[in-house]
Amino acid sequence: MSESTQVSDRTTAREQAPARPAATRWRWAAAAALLAAAVYAPFQLVPFHVFQLTMVLIYAVALLGLNLLVGHAGQISLGHGAFFAVGAYTAAILLDRWDAPYPLTLPAAALVAFVLGLAFGVPAMRLRGLYLALVTLAIAIFLVPLLKRFEEVTGGSMGLSLAKPAPPAWSGLAEDQWLYFLALAVTVAAFLLAASLLRSRVGRALHAVRDDEAAAEVMGVRPAYYKTLAFAWSAMFAGIAGCLYTWVIGFVSPDSFVVNLSITLLAGLVVGGLGSLSGPVLGALFVMFVPSISQDINEAAPGVIFGLLIIAVMYVAPTGLAGLAGRAANSIKKTLRKG
Amino acid sequence: MAGFLQQVIVGLGTGAIYASLALALVLIYRFTGIVNFAQGELAMFSAYIAWQFTAAGVPFWLSLVLALAVSFAGGMLVERVIIRPVEGAPELTVVIVTVGLFIFVNAAAGWIWTFLIKDFPNPFPGGALHVGGLSVAFSTLGVLAVVGVVMGLLYLLFQHTKIGLGMRAVSANPDSARLVGIRVGWTLALGWGLAATVGAVSGVLVAPLLFLEPNMMGGVLIYAFAAATLGGFDSPLGAVVGGLVVGVAETLAGAYVTAIGPDLKVGVPLAIILGVLLLRPQGLFGRAVVERA
Repeated sequence: MSESTQVSDRTTAREQAPARPAATRWRWAAAAALLAAAVYAPFQLVPFHVFQLTMVLIYAVALLGLNLLVGHAGQISLGHGAFFAVGAYTAAILLDRWDAPYPLTLPAAALVAFVLGLAFGVPAMRLRGLYLALVTLAIAIFLVPLLKRFEEVTGGSMGLSLAKPAPPAWSGLAEDQWLYFLALAVTVAAFLLAASLLRSRVGRALHAVRDDEAAAEVMGVRPAYYKTLAFAWSAMFAGIAGCLYTWVIGFVSPDSFVVNLSITLLAGLVVGGLGSLSGPVLGALFVMFVPSISQDINEAAPGVIFGLLIIAVMYVAPTGLAGLAGRAANSIKKTLRKG
Repeated sequence: MAGFLQQVIVGLGTGAIYASLALALVLIYRFTGIVNFAQGELAMFSAYIAWQFTAAGVPFWLSLVLALAVSFAGGMLVERVIIRPVEGAPELTVVIVTVGLFIFVNAAAGWIWTFLIKDFPNPFPGGALHVGGLSVAFSTLGVLAVVGVVMGLLYLLFQHTKIGLGMRAVSANPDSARLVGIRVGWTLALGWGLAATVGAVSGVLVAPLLFLEPNMMGGVLIYAFAAATLGGFDSPLGAVVGGLVVGVAETLAGAYVTAIGPDLKVGVPLAIILGVLLLRPQGLFGRAVVERA
């Protein structure tokens, strides 16, 4: 890690310290307003747009997990789509073979993804972050033929079709709205979990490992332990997102989880903003809407835009859209104070 | 037994292709400490350039030379424009930039040449050489010969020319190299250009075997990574040996282990990467990195 980032981290921390109560209040107000808008939205939109917003929520959960790993622990995963797929397939197989109740599939998907994340994290995390990128990329590529191979369980190339959770009669909601609220509830819970995780001892340990591994070790933080744990958690969030995906789409097939999904997730996170809580939301909006809008220009346009934006973001705004928004808010505040 | 040897020969043929892409990865890693995730895509782009030339009626071997020249210039350009601003930045930043390059080059190829499969001419005759009950396809021999020539030229370049000496100096110690008057920036660009050229060879060789389309190199890249990991990321010799071993291992596993079969072969590089990282992280020929905290 370069020294300049550490120094800037320290100075920003010092600058922010006195202003924290006001900033926190603003942040809560913004989060509450966003949540209110999110609750209100499905009653105003056509079902297709509600579905798109539901997908945004799902991506946001996956990116939240990826952000734990990349943004907060400083490790790279090019295979998070694989854990997303593991969650999706765990839920789908439970529903398909054992008619499991929907609420049960969520913790099951989370658990399976967590355990797999731990299993792959142990060998990869003992080494430098680069190798993790290699191993995760290999996992993402390997998963698709693997899913096709175990046809009797996974349905092979044809995939599995499932019933979507039906809205209960008391709610009076349409199916798309019910699915949206399910996803919203899980997303809010996931954000609260991630936020409290990052505020705890664990979050501080992760930041210490990211900023200077040697210094962290001197302070009694075991880098390998925390990196592996961060990997397992981020796999877990991806698994949860995958389970939501199965609920909402009602269909899983290997070709939905090709390696491009993993790379798109990383791209969305980088553009949205590494290391901030709003980054995953912005990134999810990006992952959902940029391809669907730019697809009209050319089939390849989303890729060109993603690729160029990632490089540009790394040059000029390493904290992504979230960082830019934060900087804009700060400068507005400053000018207001001066005026 | 003959069948087994036959499989080994087929494996060596594919292994040679992995070796050339792995060699490109290793070249860049040696010079800049960067693992270029876009290497496969650059190779794919080079294969498209070669295809474009042949489609315009240029004879194959001339198209190859032209494509290699364009790749060399392109590789230098990539270093100058895209990689230079993040040189010395944290690993995370550099990897993300090369991933961005990966997405961009992949999509750009799709934009220019569409995602439809292109028929790539096979430069080698279709028959096979029969030696003592074994048949070696001419295309396998051709691939091995081309990769062998490339390795030989690289060896001559590095060991017997002044440019090669400068390149070795830069990879050993950039600061000292700058002090003795080597233009480090240009040497790094040269390294990227060379890597792009070597990668282009693998792209052009693999295109007739697979189908030429923008996602062609995705799978090959993983094998090349396995080869580089096995051989050691800082060892060109290791990349070649690793590539051949990975190629043979993959072919044998696909042919003889029924649980793996042809469709799960892509699990072999994953197993190799994990195994090497657990048992000998620096690879067979690599130097163990000792870090001073």
